[in-house]
Amino acid sequence: MFYALHLLAASTAANPLVLGLTIFALAIFVGIEIITKIPPTLHTPLMSGSNAISGITLVGAVLASGEYPGFAKLLGFIAIILATINVVGGFLVTHRMLEKFKSR
Amino acid sequence: MSRAWVDLVYLIAAVLFILGLKGLTHPRTAVRGNLMGAVAMLLAVLVTLVDQQVLGAGVFGYFLIFLGMAIGTGIGVWLAITIRLESMPELVALFNGLGGAASFVVAGAYVWANDHSGPEAIGLEISFATAASGLIGAVTLTGSLVAFAKLAGHPLLKKMPLIPNSTVVNAIAGGVTLLLALLCAVSRSYDLWFWVLVLASLGLGYCLTISIGGADMPVVIALLNSYSGLAAAATGFVLENNVLIIAGSLVGASGLILTQIMCKAMNRSLTNVLFGTLGPTGDTKDADEVYQNVKATGPDEVAMLLDVARRVVIVPGYGMAVAQAQHAVRDLANFLMDKGIEVEYGIHPVAGRMPGHMNVLLAEADIPYELLKEMDEINTSMEQTDVCLVIGANDTVNPDARQANSAIAGMPIIDADKARTCVVIKRSLSPGFAGIPNPLFSADNALMLFADGKQAVLDILSALKEG
Repeated sequence: MFYALHLLAASTAANPLVLGLTIFALAIFVGIEIITKIPPTLHTPLMSGSNAISGITLVGAVLASGEYPGFAKLLGFIAIILATINVVGGFLVTHRMLEKFKSR
Repeated sequence: MSRAWVDLVYLIAAVLFILGLKGLTHPRTAVRGNLMGAVAMLLAVLVTLVDQQVLGAGVFGYFLIFLGMAIGTGIGVWLAITIRLESMPELVALFNGLGGAASFVVAGAYVWANDHSGPEAIGLEISFATAASGLIGAVTLTGSLVAFAKLAGHPLLKKMPLIPNSTVVNAIAGGVTLLLALLCAVSRSYDLWFWVLVLASLGLGYCLTISIGGADMPVVIALLNSYSGLAAAATGFVLENNVLIIAGSLVGASGLILTQIMCKAMNRSLTNVLFGTLGPTGDTKDADEVYQNVKATGPDEVAMLLDVARRVVIVPGYGMAVAQAQHAVRDLANFLMDKGIEVEYGIHPVAGRMPGHMNVLLAEADIPYELLKEMDEINTSMEQTDVCLVIGANDTVNPDARQANSAIAGMPIIDADKARTCVVIKRSLSPGFAGIPNPLFSADNALMLFADGKQAVLDILSALKEG
């Protein structure tokens, strides 16, 4: 705790944690504002679509696999496979579903 | 490419993610919205490939990256194309789990590459984020896998041990895992402890979901959806990467809202869904007593009722999904509409096993979304409805919810009993998930058609065509 306070006080430049938390809080609010407007009809596509977006970890996996040596690189490789399934499968299946939502 | 340029492209991707989600607010713009999300993802990944940190990876590094993507794309495309739309809930659960797994594996890679003691130790902020990513990601993985097995009705699940005193076990497992995460975070020295934490969290995810089932499934899936986003956001904090934080928190917020909507639609708190039990209360009437005046009917009588109706409302439930009756229902509705009869569908928010489950099923049968009405909207016109056709729904149309001492007291329901005649297609009088008898089945204006949902609808349709 004291360490955290020390960190906050030590520098005049923007603290990356505080910056990250700011972005996090604002994005949560944006998310809530948008999602509450989504009609129940689209709740399943919303889940699978947002699920695909959560595969954004793919970016992290690519960074890890590219930057780290040895076993960490292998972990990055595994994460790339997992996240890519999530991303590609998620967007594709959402597209399949949404195409079925037809108007009269 | 320098960090600033990469971050700028990440910003564009984040904006596209938000616009994409906004597109999902209407069926007309939804396809475009989803494509925008996909483009945003592509942009973010492409710019990461030319990030300075990755450029040093060399030929082998890039080979690994592209190999991983190729394998993932192959599996993802295969799953997405071969799955039948009826099995959508389990597929979403599976993808969800993989996303959570990817998050904690990335955090694990970070720990492995950066775990030093002394002054080079991982900073406290990042240490907390790492613990959070390991915890949430691992809970998401096993939780989603259990949900997947439950939704798919996997035979392996029956062999899995049920946990006695699950509330106590869950509390202990949760407490131990949280303590472990806190110790990891504060000590800032992970070594193997990160993987011990992951292992404990995997166990916790299993414990938390194994005892939840049936009609509570929509809440669990929505909550896990939120977790997968939060895990991605936590990994974003580990790597100090803004696009992960933004996209992750958008998904986290989305899942939380859905969870809240689902809980409200059952008039239960989240804690009650996760840890509580639902069942007959002391005041629950005996089933034999409630079902004294049940009137059974046949397809011919229902056809006659429909023939003279002016307005028909169809109320589907999970039973319709099980019977795969959606195409038969569409044919029946189309036949009625061709005769000039007004047909609409009343959809309860928690009907089925995931949020919006009924809507996807009916859309798959090419039923236009304008005909699918939300609970509040359909209830205003229920009294002007001649025939309400309940197909495989039970608790969501149980008028007992209006009684203060009922097990489902206060749960909003579709007022099927207020239609002039209510026909309930159901295989038996067995109770729904709440385990209580449904007085609707013996109401004066109610008729029971005991049959498989699909067969019953087909029989009614052929009776209509003959008559």
